[in-house]
Amino acid sequence: MSARTLYDKIWDAHVVSTEPDGTCLIYIDRHLVHEVTSAQAFSGLRHNNRQIRRPELTLAVVDHNIPTSDRSQGIDDPESKLQIDTLRSNTAEFGVEYFDATDVRQGIVHIIGPEQGFTLPGTTVVCGDSHTATHGAFGALAHGIGTSEVEHVLASQTLLQTKSKNMQVLIKGKLQKGVTAKDLTLAIIAKTGTAGGTGHVIEYCGEAISDLSMEGRMTLCNMAIEGGARAGLVAPDEKTFAYLKGRPKAPKGADWDAAVEYWKTLKSDEGAHYDQIVILEAKDIAPVVTWGTSPEDALPITGSVPDPQSFEDEHKQAAAKRSLEYMGLTAGTSLDEIEIDKVFIGSCTNGRIEDLRAVAKVVEGKKIADRVSAMVVPGSGLVKKQAEEEGIADILIAAGFDWREPGCSMCLGMNPDRLKPQERCASTSNRNFEGRQGHGGRTHLMSPAMAAAAAVTGKLTDVRTMVDS
Amino acid sequence: MKALKELTGVAAPLPMMNVDTDMIIPKQYLKTISRDGLGKGLFHAMRYHDDGTDNPDFVLNREAYKNASFLIAGDNFGCGSSREHAAWALEDFGIRCVIASSFSDIFYNNAFKNGMLLIKLPQDAVDTLTAQAEYGSNAKFSVDLESQILTAPDGTEHKFELDEFKKHCLLNGLDEIALTLEKENTIASFEKSSTQNHSWLTPAN
Ligand code: SF4
Repeated sequence: MSARTLYDKIWDAHVVSTEPDGTCLIYIDRHLVHEVTSAQAFSGLRHNNRQIRRPELTLAVVDHNIPTSDRSQGIDDPESKLQIDTLRSNTAEFGVEYFDATDVRQGIVHIIGPEQGFTLPGTTVVCGDSHTATHGAFGALAHGIGTSEVEHVLASQTLLQTKSKNMQVLIKGKLQKGVTAKDLTLAIIAKTGTAGGTGHVIEYCGEAISDLSMEGRMTLCNMAIEGGARAGLVAPDEKTFAYLKGRPKAPKGADWDAAVEYWKTLKSDEGAHYDQIVILEAKDIAPVVTWGTSPEDALPITGSVPDPQSFEDEHKQAAAKRSLEYMGLTAGTSLDEIEIDKVFIGSCTNGRIEDLRAVAKVVEGKKIADRVSAMVVPGSGLVKKQAEEEGIADILIAAGFDWREPGCSMCLGMNPDRLKPQERCASTSNRNFEGRQGHGGRTHLMSPAMAAAAAVTGKLTDVRTMVDS
Repeated sequence: MKALKELTGVAAPLPMMNVDTDMIIPKQYLKTISRDGLGKGLFHAMRYHDDGTDNPDFVLNREAYKNASFLIAGDNFGCGSSREHAAWALEDFGIRCVIASSFSDIFYNNAFKNGMLLIKLPQDAVDTLTAQAEYGSNAKFSVDLESQILTAPDGTEHKFELDEFKKHCLLNGLDEIALTLEKENTIASFEKSSTQNHSWLTPAN
């Protein structure tokens, strides 16, 4: 057989049948479900008198709507409550495992999949959520789907797909100190553009990628979708196996050994063909922040707000002009002079334990600036518990952070956590779209360490000037 | 799903790139457990003032485009979240066809599953069509799916590409799940061999 990429291999292993035009029926090994994109799929099943084909391959959790304050108080918003109640009754009716709001395993869907060992290398993983790309960190082919597709997967455990193209993003050399997976993923999107990956599956390669921890790889792959890609992939290695070993839903005993043996074959062959290759030098990447309303509007913190006229085509000029108006920024302003009002630490991009450790490292023994209010929303109940056991929660609370219950929270503000109009936020989430964190709110995306630095100084700050990281 | 063979109507021009799904339908509309009635939330932030009144400058509030069945947008339309609510909202408003130089992958699939046709054309063609759409209610666009031709108000014909399978489903309004379930035997035999070769694929518990 000719040389194949990692994506080709996973794809080939999951093709159930092929239509004459190349559209394939793909088998789905893992399906994650949350409350926002599933209700209509369950009612579709009910309406057509259909069952779930293999309920044990689906795991459900509540995350988007859930308040991050005391859970024992219940939920005030009647619509959120209805959506959550609907998920609870749907999963009970159809026999799907569900982590409810008070379960310590509850958390953001893309945090709990890996945490539980539900996400595994070489599997296909889908969820009615675009950041399903996160699971690609394990060498799983993982992507977001719409609600009609959720219903399709529930009913048939398959999905109709056309094969994407192969794209390699090669990072040469090592990242500099103080530069994280978040800076890397933003730098990649700044280079490729938000549509640069459209129609492709990205495989991230190079020393800087293998150097990343599993959590860093999740941050990286999480934002593959922000570069337009169908999915992002990192080939599994010893770090991957070590992360998964012993997790509740990971294989055990002889199954584990057989799995690892197979997983070791999951890498691109020498000479495999990529339709597109993008190369970045790791040494050129600095801590990055976004200035506009698209994730591609990212620049090193040492830069300044760009002039819309500096963009090559008229469509981009118009977009940049609109962005600056929305963001309340003037071309030429140094990025590190931009004052902020809020800090949000959390989301499926950066809500894991290493992210919280990175924040604690920057703020330990310091106080957040008077003008700033800052919140930390752990990605799951287990992350929260671990941070409390490690003393991280205490450090953050002492610095003035609000320590919350797990969920999506102000990443999209479906729950009560929201920016007010014109409030400016240093956020570790993944989308700086207009209104994303609250109507009129202004989002600057960055790494947890950078957001921590901004919390302390009250403005966007190069974290490298604050700690010897 | 609704079939679509031919469509004629007015096209609303929205020449903005990276129109994301948060813009198409913001979070406050995602709390519904139904697919219906989302048209009122379509493009909420641009379409309404903060006090809830219509923003008369927004294209869909202009008299000529209130019944638009086409939308002509900028590059990378539908990027962002996987929310199918974006497709439901457009469809509920009455938009059955969106024209742009590129679409996000997830939105592209979602739209077709709801009986919408998305047409990809080169940016210069999209720019020309946008300019024609500006003429308002006299500028009628029409599409013939069978021949894959979009006819602009000035009579110019634009041939567009589309996967055969998507075209077949849309022309006939087919339910993809029912189609797939006809392959039950193939799925079952795939399952059997994959669990034999990889018993670890069944989650531990
Ligand atoms: S944390 Fe944000 S991006 Fe991630 S699943 Fe939740 S809402 Fe989506």
